[in-house]
Amino acid sequence: MAQIICRDLTLGYETGVVAEHVSFTVQEGDYLCIVGENGSGKSTLMKTILGLTPPMGGTIETGDGLRSTEIGYLPQQTLVQRDFPASVREIVQSGCQARCGLRPFYNKEEKLLAEKAMKRMGIFSMKDRCYRELSGGQQQRVLLARAFLAARKILLLDEPVSGLDPIAAAEMYQLIRELHNEGLSIIMISHDLGASVQDASHVLHIGKKVFFGTRDEYLNSSIGRYYMAAEEVQA
Amino acid sequence: MIEKLSLYFSYPFVRYALIVGVLIALCSSLLGVTLVLKRFSFIGDGLSHVAFGAMAIASVLKIANTTLIILPVTVLCAVLLLRTGQNTRIKGDAAIAMISVGALAFGYLLMHLFSTSPNLAGDVCSTLFGSTSFVTLTQQDVWLCVGLSVVILAIFVLLYHKIFDVTFDENFARAVGTRADTYNLLIAVIIALIIVLALNLVGSLLVSALVIFPALSAMRVFKSFKSVTICSAVLSVCCAVTGILISIMAGTPVGATIVAVDVAAFGIFCLVGR
Repeated sequence: MAQIICRDLTLGYETGVVAEHVSFTVQEGDYLCIVGENGSGKSTLMKTILGLTPPMGGTIETGDGLRSTEIGYLPQQTLVQRDFPASVREIVQSGCQARCGLRPFYNKEEKLLAEKAMKRMGIFSMKDRCYRELSGGQQQRVLLARAFLAARKILLLDEPVSGLDPIAAAEMYQLIRELHNEGLSIIMISHDLGASVQDASHVLHIGKKVFFGTRDEYLNSSIGRYYMAAEEVQA
Repeated sequence: MIEKLSLYFSYPFVRYALIVGVLIALCSSLLGVTLVLKRFSFIGDGLSHVAFGAMAIASVLKIANTTLIILPVTVLCAVLLLRTGQNTRIKGDAAIAMISVGALAFGYLLMHLFSTSPNLAGDVCSTLFGSTSFVTLTQQDVWLCVGLSVVILAIFVLLYHKIFDVTFDENFARAVGTRADTYNLLIAVIIALIIVLALNLVGSLLVSALVIFPALSAMRVFKSFKSVTICSAVLSVCCAVTGILISIMAGTPVGATIVAVDVAAFGIFCLVGR
């Protein structure tokens, strides 16, 4: 049974349709990379999977007993966060909010989990520092630690390396790869086609044409070859 | 000076004023951080003008206990403003501006048309800048204030982490199954309660100052949500006490004095935070 099954999704807002006929499935342990041009609806798709935006058509089913409280999410940074006075520890801890439920305070176990997550992402030493004073790469690792705490089965990442320098981006990919190897399913949006498709098991390309298949199928398809070639020309 | 102060404190109404002032300052500073960061700094202003309009209606209808009308109307407007704040045609600040000036004009118009009091200008002035009757608080008023403050404080402490979650990253909160709408609603209700409470102290034009200044000052110096919240609460109480004492000694208007002290504190924090 697949964790997520999307059938013939139509994505968009009141202002118009962004993408149509999007169908794909995510099995446990998959690493799905979502690619496509700017404005092709990648972030909208992710928000639709998460239930933040209702789909305009089609269905999303979750299987394998996947509940929304078992999903981790790394969103793109918002304006609010740039001047939010919050310490690294407070932000990472908030990844436990689903476990915590209606209980007003975090318990010992959850605090320990947060500590582990911070150590894991290499940000434990800066746990009392202010989030807005960190570098871009450090900020992304804070958000990844938070997403990791929330993700018991599946992790959704919206452009985790945008704005990072190559070294920080490579470290980020390495962390994600490790999480995947431990059995988490990953759904990631990326601009950086070459590097991200390398790790992926499946690729979903959305745009005027929609493609879904395994990584090898994508690399051998006409649409995949076209985009990979364009990427190489850029590099 | 000490003698003069101790003389004043032998009067119960001065002690009441101080208690009420401290409680109101404490409560109003709590949600400041959340409001500033959600870009709702002016909601205090908007809601207090709504409260002014409601008060006008209440006095026209000759209802003795004006809180009965003011509280529900203000809560309703707070809910409308905060709920529709995100994805509507009229964005947050514009909606607040509309409601705020609309209610202000409507309220003044009503008071003017159906005025029962001979001193209209005085009435309007005291609702806008804080009543001089702040020093004529009865024991009942004080108990009401204490009760409401305890409720607000309890809700805030219990929801502290949830408030952090939905303020820092509402999308993440929703994605992992936190009921962000419910918490936003609760935040709106608490804010409305605070506004109505604070109205007596500083009046509807100055309520925003009480809500946002302590938070903004604390954000200059402190770096975590917890320390900012604690600092703004402590700072707000200190400023309120100082302001009330100065206004007693110098005979200045209470609300304006407290806000002036808040502004001065903000200046100091700016310098320290450099």
